Amino acid sequence: MITTLDRIRTKKNVKVVDVLGGWGLRRHVSQLGIHPGDILTVLRHAAMGGPILIMIHGSQIAIGRGMASHISVEDAE
Amino acid sequence: MKMALAGQPNCGKSTIFNYVSGYKAVTSNFPGTTVKYTASKIYVDGYTCECIDLPGTYSLTSTDAAEYESRKHLMSGGIDVIINVVDASLLSRSLELTFQLMELEIPMVLCLNMVDEAHRKGIEIDLKKLSSILGIPVVETIGVKGKGLKELFSEALNIFKKARKAETIKYSRDVEEIIELMTAYLKDDLRVPKRLAAIKLLEGDETFIAMISDRDGDLSKRVTELQNILSNRHGRSSDMVISSERHSQAMNIFEQAAEVVHPPKGDIRVQVDNIVMHPYVGYVILVLVFYGFFNFVFGIGERAEGPLMGLFEFFTQRLGETMGSKTVGFLVLNGALQGIAGGIAIVLPYLVPFLIGLAFLEDVGYLPRVAFLMDSFMHRIGLHGKSVFPLILGYGCNVPAIMATRILESERDRFIVSVLASLVPCAARTTIIFGLVAFFISPNAALAIYALNIAVIALSGRILSMILPEVTPGMIMEIPVYHLPSIRSTLAKSWYRIREFIVIAWPLLIVGSVILSLMEFWGMDQFINAMLWPITYLVGLPEAVGTTLIFGVLRKELSMIMLIQALGTPHILTVMSKMQVLVFTVFVVFYIPCLATIAVLWREIGSKRALLTVLFTLILATGLALAARVLGAFIW
Repeated sequence: MITTLDRIRTKKNVKVVDVLGGWGLRRHVSQLGIHPGDILTVLRHAAMGGPILIMIHGSQIAIGRGMASHISVEDAE
Repeated sequence: MKMALAGQPNCGKSTIFNYVSGYKAVTSNFPGTTVKYTASKIYVDGYTCECIDLPGTYSLTSTDAAEYESRKHLMSGGIDVIINVVDASLLSRSLELTFQLMELEIPMVLCLNMVDEAHRKGIEIDLKKLSSILGIPVVETIGVKGKGLKELFSEALNIFKKARKAETIKYSRDVEEIIELMTAYLKDDLRVPKRLAAIKLLEGDETFIAMISDRDGDLSKRVTELQNILSNRHGRSSDMVISSERHSQAMNIFEQAAEVVHPPKGDIRVQVDNIVMHPYVGYVILVLVFYGFFNFVFGIGERAEGPLMGLFEFFTQRLGETMGSKTVGFLVLNGALQGIAGGIAIVLPYLVPFLIGLAFLEDVGYLPRVAFLMDSFMHRIGLHGKSVFPLILGYGCNVPAIMATRILESERDRFIVSVLASLVPCAARTTIIFGLVAFFISPNAALAIYALNIAVIALSGRILSMILPEVTPGMIMEIPVYHLPSIRSTLAKSWYRIREFIVIAWPLLIVGSVILSLMEFWGMDQFINAMLWPITYLVGLPEAVGTTLIFGVLRKELSMIMLIQALGTPHILTVMSKMQVLVFTVFVVFYIPCLATIAVLWREIGSKRALLTVLFTLILATGLALAARVLGAFIW
């Protein structure tokens, strides 16, 4: 099932399907090493609609909720 | 010969740079510490070279002003050798930038930094293999310990002598085909290699697109055509196609040259983050950290301020007795002594622990966690988590804080955060808050000033973002692993900042004290005081403090040192009420930023906006001082 990154539960592994959104957002996301096909783990959600923390290729990245809603992912387990 | 250290943010470029140049660039553990290049002459195997430390950049397509600075340098044609610094524990992602740097076709060395961190993660890298695949020399280093740096720079010199240019990495055949077609359309007048320009055009890089559309409408059409072919063939936009190509090549090379020998060991730092970034406990820790920090600074400062002041008072008395207190000679000497005393007894006792503590927090890697925790609050102000860096740096000094806004992507965010950063009580104002309010009233009153300050900043931010509405794309940033700071570099950084005070501010304090002393002798201070009377009268301060407010614009510490001079005694409570001390401090904390801050605002956000900021802070300070007066009247 394809959904967006902001809806993924903590401790779950997902595979990036696509990065939606404009050129700037796509560039930003790909620069930090997030590309379609990559597997990432959601580490935690911050309180009060704050960012989510993911682990990808050995680095931790914080992504704002709004941006995460532009990254579509599918179950990788 | 010019060498440039280039690499992704937080990979240790500045640490390496400092090792060879002496402490010249500030290092920290968060992405984006360096926003401006630093250059230094260094000696490598008997040769004199110029070494440049560039701001970190994730790719050659820049997203913020700091990255833009790097790219400008790299593409200027003036760099002879690139030292590509790479965090070895993040090799695969870092290679994506390496490929782009190689496309610049400049002699290049790959520096695998932080290999100890990679080992801890279980990553073993085969240097020879990596070097032969990439076709450039590869050197292992541990920047903080200085390991491998000599070899690194020798290798860089070597490759320069051989003038061997880096070769470019080839992508899959159908992408190469389009790149070749694009290259064929380009002329030789681009200052950068054609292949690089072709790839950047296909990626839709704004700067390159603008460069060609100015002169060649036909070429722009070709670019769009080829972009469309790429995206039709792959089912996604052309920029995604190219970045995915780089990504898969990087993964490929990583698999060939590196091996993950064991999964990362159970890391205590992960447990720490479970607490520090916890949705609830995290905020408790945040408050405790800053409260502890406050007490640390006050605890040390208070113990030093009293005895040191007493010592200088003794000197002043003896001086008066031996020279007679009405002579010009005594006034000059006394003024100078007050300036020296202010520096040693009031400023340094708070400044030194404050700057060491701040340096420690920066180096350990706590600030990115604060950005993570504060993101949702910052959204309410209309900004996002990354804006926290400039604001926290502002507590050290507003000047680098305003420079640090360059890590923000949008111009509007940079403007708002610059204005807010100028309101943050810098180390100088901190010494005033501690030296006057905490010392003479109570530590809690000082805490209240900080709380008030944060509330005012939040409110100002809210208002500014209502005036300039813009949907921020949100935050995306790396959260680096914690590092136990090396004592050497933390102290070096603190010293680097303390020296700023000793070399620039302190002489000014002494000269200022002497001038004020002479002005009093000739009665000139009354003229200034009379001019400022409307303000001092309005907020209920003694008329004599007028001059100190003028001096405070030069350096904030001056207004406190001058206060002692203007009142003629360090026992401030004998001539001012507690309420007046509070009002004075509130006014000084918020009114007009110091000259250096105004200058940097002028450059970063423009003259008109800088002047508006000055006016805004003056009105704000007067309003808040009045409020403090009313409040003070209730309490005392």
